[in-house]
Amino acid sequence: MTELEFEYLRNFLKQRSGLALTAEKRYLAESRLTPVCRRFGIASLGDLIGSLKLAQNGAIERAVVEAMTTNETFFFRDRIPFDLFRDTLLPEALARNAGRRRLRIWCAAASTGQEPYSLAMLLQEAGPRLAGWQVEIVATDLSTEVIEKAKLGLYSHFEVQRGLPVQWLIKYFTQVGEQWQIAPSLRAMVDYRQLNLLHSFASLGQFDVIYCRNVLIYFDAPTKSDVLARLAAQLTPEGALLLGAAETVIGLTDRLNPHPKHRGLYGHARPAAARPAEMVPPLRVAAGV
Amino acid sequence: MKAPHQTTCLVVDDSAVIRKVARRIIEDLGMNVSEAEDGSAALEACAVSMPDAILLDWNMPNMDGFAFLQALRRSEGGDAPKVLFCTTENDIGAIARALRAGADEYIMKPFDRDILTAKLEQVGLVADAA
Ligand SMILES: C[S@@+](CC[C@H](N)C(=O)[O-])C[C@H]1O[C@@H](n2cnc3c(N)ncnc32)[C@H](O)[C@@H]1O
Repeated sequence: MTELEFEYLRNFLKQRSGLALTAEKRYLAESRLTPVCRRFGIASLGDLIGSLKLAQNGAIERAVVEAMTTNETFFFRDRIPFDLFRDTLLPEALARNAGRRRLRIWCAAASTGQEPYSLAMLLQEAGPRLAGWQVEIVATDLSTEVIEKAKLGLYSHFEVQRGLPVQWLIKYFTQVGEQWQIAPSLRAMVDYRQLNLLHSFASLGQFDVIYCRNVLIYFDAPTKSDVLARLAAQLTPEGALLLGAAETVIGLTDRLNPHPKHRGLYGHARPAAARPAEMVPPLRVAAGV
Repeated sequence: MKAPHQTTCLVVDDSAVIRKVARRIIEDLGMNVSEAEDGSAALEACAVSMPDAILLDWNMPNMDGFAFLQALRRSEGGDAPKVLFCTTENDIGAIARALRAGADEYIMKPFDRDILTAKLEQVGLVADAA
């Protein structure tokens, strides 16, 4: 791949998926795109870039974009964001929405489904507290390939052993040959859709909880700012946004603030007067009592 | 220098290769590892000093993992160790049986570093990497 071809690839990826590929990642592009060449019978990486320039083959373009994204995920990844959901976000949302009895959750880069299914299991475990509630988990990803896998809910024995307690494996999965398939009742809880975060997602409506984890990390700062501002618009007034361990809103948008106590948790930024009690300086709380 | 409360793990497997692989991973997590090649040797080791964790194969000569676990849980102080089955018995029936007998976690072979680390985290023996 020549310097110019690599430059073309970088621009192409940035436009298509937001991926900000630095110059040092050239080796990564070469190792991930070589199998794409093989799959489409293309002789060299140069020819592959050439066919992108012609813009005549959508399948090749999608394959290039998908080959360059990282899909790694696992059940209950980093644990804390899921403990937080079970112990804080869910009880708070249940209290807040008790009138409407409606709860909406969005996994904005769901990959192969481990994140939305982890939430679905926690919701099932909440049991009778959710009786009569309308609960929606919308799970989206850029890649149709991972969405298809997520819908099937079939996982290898390596995948089900990273983060998933064995008690839940036998409770929520059945064995299909060498693989494990998540229960139909859990699959039915998740509404999977293909969606590019670079495009408008206003039509999805508002959510009480948004998980957008380990995807912004691949974008450049202006793209992060743009996506975060639009995510804020989909968040209910008291809604919660969860980002990955290496991601933040700081310096990227003034519409969202980090939670004072919980790392990785963000909510709407608001003028001091409108802040919930928790964020009010102690003096004023004392004065109000 | 050893810390005074270094976590201990007993690896019980009749395969020396598996014991060696497991030992390397578990030692990297900062635990002190000892080994036993079947259930009866493991019981003897536990009688001398009860480990914090036991990584336990199922099929072994002399006393298998299942019989060992039952004997362990009946013995004095034997309810303390976290027991992680680690076996090629990969069907749901075997897993359920192991849990009923008192196993805390279950690892299906073949396993790798990520899985073993994640499972030890799940039973609370390793602080999360995050
Ligand atoms: C590393 S995975 C994160 C999965 C999960 N959220 C987690 O934290 O474990 C990143 C996912 O983001 C998706 N992705 C990358 N660019 C995207 C975009 N522009 N719009 C939507 N999804 C995108 C990839 O397809 C991939 O599945």
